[in-house]
Amino acid sequence: MFLKVSLYISLFIFLIALIYKVSTWFRYKVGIGAAEIPTSTRFFSAVRGIGSTIFSVRILTLVKVFVLDVLLQFRILREDFLRWIMHIFIYGGFMLLLLMHALDKYVSVAIWKNYYSTINPFMFLRDLFGAFVIVGVLIAIYRRFILRVPRLFSNAMDIYAILIVAVIMLSGIFLEATKMVAYSDYKRMADEYSGLSDPQELKSLEAYWVKEFGVVSPNLTGPFDEKVLQKGKELHESSCESCHARPQWAFTGYGAARVLSPIGLGIDRAHLPSVLWYIHILACFVGLAYLPFSKMFHIFASSVSLLANGVIGKEKLAPANRATLQAMELDACTHCGTCSLRCSVIMAFEEMMNVNIFPSEKIAPLKALASGKALSPQELRRIQEGVYLCSNCYRCTVVCPAGINLQDLWFSARETLLQRGYPEFLVLSPLSFYRGLMKEETVLKDYEKPLIQAREAIAAQCDLMKKTEKVLPLTSANRTLQSGLNLSAQAKTFSVCFGCQTCTTVCPVVGNYENPQEALGLLPHQIMHAAGLGLRDLAFGSNMIWDCLTCYQCQEQCPQGVHVTDVLYELKNLAVKQVREKAQAPIERK
Amino acid sequence: MEFALFLGCTIPARLNQYESSSRAVLKKLGVGLVDIREFNCCGYPLRNIDFKVFILSSARNLALAEKKNLNVMTLCKCCYGSLKKADVLMKENASLKKEVNATLEKEGLTYEGRIEVKHLLSVLHKDIGIEAIKEKIALTFKGLKIATHYGCHALRPSQVVGFDDPVAPTLFDQLVEATGAESIEWAMKLECCGAPLWGVNDKLSMDLTLKKLTDGKKSGADYVCAACPYCHIQFDKVQKMILSQRNVNHPLPSILYTQLLGMSMGVEKKSLGLEMNEIPISRIEELLKTEAELAEEREFAEQKETKEETESKKA
Repeated sequence: MFLKVSLYISLFIFLIALIYKVSTWFRYKVGIGAAEIPTSTRFFSAVRGIGSTIFSVRILTLVKVFVLDVLLQFRILREDFLRWIMHIFIYGGFMLLLLMHALDKYVSVAIWKNYYSTINPFMFLRDLFGAFVIVGVLIAIYRRFILRVPRLFSNAMDIYAILIVAVIMLSGIFLEATKMVAYSDYKRMADEYSGLSDPQELKSLEAYWVKEFGVVSPNLTGPFDEKVLQKGKELHESSCESCHARPQWAFTGYGAARVLSPIGLGIDRAHLPSVLWYIHILACFVGLAYLPFSKMFHIFASSVSLLANGVIGKEKLAPANRATLQAMELDACTHCGTCSLRCSVIMAFEEMMNVNIFPSEKIAPLKALASGKALSPQELRRIQEGVYLCSNCYRCTVVCPAGINLQDLWFSARETLLQRGYPEFLVLSPLSFYRGLMKEETVLKDYEKPLIQAREAIAAQCDLMKKTEKVLPLTSANRTLQSGLNLSAQAKTFSVCFGCQTCTTVCPVVGNYENPQEALGLLPHQIMHAAGLGLRDLAFGSNMIWDCLTCYQCQEQCPQGVHVTDVLYELKNLAVKQVREKAQAPIERK
Repeated sequence: MEFALFLGCTIPARLNQYESSSRAVLKKLGVGLVDIREFNCCGYPLRNIDFKVFILSSARNLALAEKKNLNVMTLCKCCYGSLKKADVLMKENASLKKEVNATLEKEGLTYEGRIEVKHLLSVLHKDIGIEAIKEKIALTFKGLKIATHYGCHALRPSQVVGFDDPVAPTLFDQLVEATGAESIEWAMKLECCGAPLWGVNDKLSMDLTLKKLTDGKKSGADYVCAACPYCHIQFDKVQKMILSQRNVNHPLPSILYTQLLGMSMGVEKKSLGLEMNEIPISRIEELLKTEAELAEEREFAEQKETKEETESKKA
């Protein structure tokens, strides 16, 4: 009764949650354009897409992906053998246990006419599969907490996943073990199945089970008479053996039983087997009911992601399907950290201390964002910096074991975030090259807006630039600027500038304009001079520093050996640093 | 000869033909390549915003190569410039080196400055040599005019990179001419391709690219030739965008040097990926001639000459 009720309750919760979660794939809005597409359009578009795939030759690709990537998980194998072993053990062991042991009434009985959980091979296999899972979980713990795989972050969900599997497995093993030592369980079996009534015979059988199979009896303790044991053995062979293999075959349970045997009587008296049964059953049902909200949901979502991305390949998706795919992909992430291990811009974290730089750590805030949850300004700026600080090398996408097109996810999220209005200074770097390349393929709304915004945010800090008079009031030199230009120890060379203007003359950017000062503000030689005078506003506020190609013509030609380009580089660094510190609540840094 | 191949971010993601053609060409020339999977971004794109991120990124790559005792070869000029810059700074600036190594130490890495950073072109020119390359040439180009594009971050700052003479470089021209093509003289040869500003100030970037390419075209070039993913993409995909936006209808298509050299070495077509360039370059194949064809042409020309001579004598 308890079993049935709790099963149906958990199954009901699971199904409702599953439907809810899948519905978010059509409701959550990840990227550009997603906001304008209604859920119904996305749903029907997905149905059409799936339909047209299934009824075409691409079904063969689906089958191939299903076997190689979903079942055999070659994508994990390709990256890391130990992880593959871990995952195959957990997932393979668990699946087999689910089919053969948990669903035995429906599956095993249907396949094998003579299925009985206490006979071999089933009794042995149950323990073997359980051992697989335990080994897998041990590897998982080893990787996360002992080996400390670089850039593998453990969040609450990862720990929950390990815990729930561990609890199910351990409660199962100990349930088995306590049943082996418990006298009342032995008694029940002997009464029900042996068909013996002669007390002498029952005693012999009991002696045999105590001696051979670790039952802890309140009546009998060894050593036993050889004759009694011999008789017990015969009785075991005639009455028990056909339905109950030697408990040693259930090796994990038996091993645990040996350890527990000193407290065997206590275990029985405390009804530990039935306590453990409740724990085991409840853990399974809690796991089931909570599955759609936990990391374990990847069982469904990652499979869908692998299949979907397997057939999509490089093809361009309809906007409605792209929105659905990306919302689904957020669920497909297992937080395994492979992407962060291979990420190209990892060193940025060492300096900027923003975990959102790591691909694996972007998913959670993006999910929050997609669900419409309000993020704090600081969280928004962190994730914005995180998705922009990406060299677009596609490595995360290539290695993702769940087949998620992470690169495209960042791209979509980037544009949405940029339109939210927080200036992002990274747009003023060659990281934007990719955005420029993509502007025709994906129609970008307000392409120029983030670029203008970043420049304006910096210029807004430069009070001197706002003065319209030609002559600036005398101000004392700001020595902090000079001392700030020391990153590469070469920037200070501006002090030897004698104003010959060679740098400005050879600059191709200056040469591009009829009236360069109007477009660029201060020109290179003037910037060197401004740096010398400590007039940081004039230097920072000039478009020239952001429009510098870094072609090094100026530096190469300078007769005084001023490292003009390097100075410009450092001025850019300082300008960003200053505006981050001054204008907005800065992103927390070390 | 063995190098750690530094591909960077752009080539594997957006310019596969550069990688495949380089590997094929280098294989023919007997250069061994080692792939180090742990390599990260060279740091170039981040130098505008955070110098420390740049130097840490570059230094980590150098440390990884040093650990394997390998010199680094880059295919990208911007990676080259960045790694070179970091290499020089790590060698010259003891306090910076200490600070950087302290961070690298966390991963068990350290950079002592025992390796060299080279660009593909300098490996071809200095380590292999023009003569050795010529020996491997199977087909030569006839009547092909190439505008060589050196790339800023390879040439300058010369004190740091030491690639070639920064004012009058010849390295790349010699390499191009080894294939039989003619390397033309053009005024804007050493100018920037415009890529560093693509995405930051598109209008300015387009102005500069268009100016440069127009000059190449005017100077008689059939193709511009680059050996850097940024320069090539700027001349290829971005040029295509410029053409449509600015109503220009005379493109100067871009060919990667390894595609040019590969063709003339008879590298299999699949590795060259000519069809992967956005602005088509396949017509270049018509200009490839075998030795026999060239001899035939020479003979034909001589015959024509003697015929004319005899005719003029008759007259």
